[in-house]
Amino acid sequence: MKHTVETVPAPLPPDDYFMMGDEASAEGAIAAGCNFFAGYPITPSSELMVRMVHRLKETNGSFIQMEDEIGSISALIGASWAGARPMTTTSGPGLSLMMEGIGYAAMTEAPLVVVDIQRAGPSTGQATRPGSGDIFQVRFGSHSDYEIIALSPWSVQEAYDLTIDAFNLAEAYRVPTFVLADESIGHLREKVTIGETVERWHRPTAPGMPPFDTDDENGVPPMPAFGQGERLLVTGSTHDARGFRKTQDSAAHQRLVGRLVGKIRNAAEKIARYETYSLEDAEILVVAYGFSARAALEAISELRRDGVKAGLFRPLTLWPFPEAGLKLAAKSVERVFVPEMNWGQVVREVERILHRDVVPITQVDGEGMRPQSIIDGVRGRAGMNS
Amino acid sequence: MSRQLYPHLRLDVFPTPYCTGCGHGILLGAMVRAMDEAGLDWDKTLFVSGIGCAAWIPSPHFNADTLHTTHGRPIAFATGARLANPGLNVVVVSGDGDLTAIGGNHLIHAARRNIRITVVCANNRVYGMTGGQVAPTTPEGCFTQTSPWGGEEPPFDLCRLVMGAGGAFVARHTVFQVRQLIKTLTRALTFDGFAFVEAVSPCPTHYGKLNDTPTLADFHNQMKGQYVDRRRYDRMNPEEQADKIPTGVWIKAADTITPPIDKGSSFIPPSSGLGSSSNPPSAGQGNSSNPPLRSRGGQRGGI
Repeated sequence: MKHTVETVPAPLPPDDYFMMGDEASAEGAIAAGCNFFAGYPITPSSELMVRMVHRLKETNGSFIQMEDEIGSISALIGASWAGARPMTTTSGPGLSLMMEGIGYAAMTEAPLVVVDIQRAGPSTGQATRPGSGDIFQVRFGSHSDYEIIALSPWSVQEAYDLTIDAFNLAEAYRVPTFVLADESIGHLREKVTIGETVERWHRPTAPGMPPFDTDDENGVPPMPAFGQGERLLVTGSTHDARGFRKTQDSAAHQRLVGRLVGKIRNAAEKIARYETYSLEDAEILVVAYGFSARAALEAISELRRDGVKAGLFRPLTLWPFPEAGLKLAAKSVERVFVPEMNWGQVVREVERILHRDVVPITQVDGEGMRPQSIIDGVRGRAGMNS
Repeated sequence: MSRQLYPHLRLDVFPTPYCTGCGHGILLGAMVRAMDEAGLDWDKTLFVSGIGCAAWIPSPHFNADTLHTTHGRPIAFATGARLANPGLNVVVVSGDGDLTAIGGNHLIHAARRNIRITVVCANNRVYGMTGGQVAPTTPEGCFTQTSPWGGEEPPFDLCRLVMGAGGAFVARHTVFQVRQLIKTLTRALTFDGFAFVEAVSPCPTHYGKLNDTPTLADFHNQMKGQYVDRRRYDRMNPEEQADKIPTGVWIKAADTITPPIDKGSSFIPPSSGLGSSSNPPSAGQGNSSNPPLRSRGGQRGGI
């Protein structure tokens, strides 16, 4: 079923603000109607949680600091089914602890938002330094088959905008949705422009209709809340349209998991978003996201000053990845490069989509991606050393 | 059970999946009767359970909202649901492994917070659903699949554990003390704060067979001698107390109970299931009637 759309005045007076990425993400959540937050402190996401404790007090929402990240994601799911628009924030190690809950949220189709401010890992790694190592963790971290949505902001403005979008997508598709920022964006301070109004999407509702199956081609069933007399059976076990466990029924399992995966895959091109820069005559394509894309934009303009025809493809959704857009962008280029603040994650996805050799440019030193790293990578591997 | 209570059950899923001699069916019946005694609205009551035999007591048997969660986490799920909608009565029903081993952290913190939920722990002292492994509640020396030479670890006393964490209402009965159990569950369901009820339940299949109590009657005879009313227990000397376990209700003195954390009114309209549609302008931005918040956590925006 289709979600409903509501337009409300932005909670912050429309103006230009100067704020940190973590704070902008919190403001985006409030603008999106977030009314429940459960979290556990972890660098570099704690500023977001601290902003939320104040903002939810002002907006009559609910805030709780839980005993661990497992408790946080669990509380979010309980709140989501009680009718709230919930969010938490964390970083790599905390996200690892949340994984079982994320699978449960996907299985029971509970809308919720997780803002992951990525840091340099693995393990405790460098807690105060940036990395982009959670790309696969958000997508494949929980066991077995499911789909999620993940958005990647490259500015403080997008930390605000994409957090709003994350809430709306979570509600429309009844799926856990991630904002995959990193420490560089989370702790960056720059200008944010707040508009007059905010669009809020609400999960589809249809009293009395089954909450776990639908004939609607979008594959999204209506979602009631606890306390409405619907006598809901919510379970992480395989279940039928009304929530009864079907733990031995092959057809029920095939149908349920097929729909959970299908509702996102079938809408992938609708959900997917990207931007392109200087692609018209490009011979070199740089695919970059998040903070690395800022460095990539600088790098392609420097390369162009030196006569190298470089262009940039920037996915705003990492999951689902904008496949059609990428294929179009790469159609007539000679080489494709993927700079990342990890040892090569999105590069695999790009290779899979394009069926060709793609060159990774990895910078894994706990620093934000430098334009020079990308320029060096392109020159070195494209045989253009000067 | 009175036929008048049948509408609260999903009769089409009966009989229960419980083994012969399992005590969980007694607890199931006691829960339904206690809900009736307490006069709670079933449509405003959410039953949350984890993983294991006991988690099946409400789900799918109760004709009410049920949330069958991941292993060990029902109290955390319940915390979220209760905070999001304080109009809901939130009742957790799960087992000893679920609530006190993998989920022990959530149990002690919910007790400490004094969140207004009722937690009913069906304690069969073993992991039944997975075939009978040792639990943190298995008495020392008892045999299970994973303590084949007799358990070497001392068990938790669940009531003392929850009392130690600050639990305001703590109680224990065996399922054989049905009348006391119903009465205590009724009080727990209407208690204004965190309430914990341990219902000791026999598992002949996985626990009894290895420990000389293979039938329900064996459990009854054994538990009748071992579980004594707390008033009788308190009058015993230490030697007499050694192999006894007290039952009854322990409630903190009213002036030592911290107010429940979830007193605020629900921000969710009861019928719509949607969040609030408008937020007031931010305090501190100049055009708000709300006074700016003061707190010790640093001024908002000055982080």
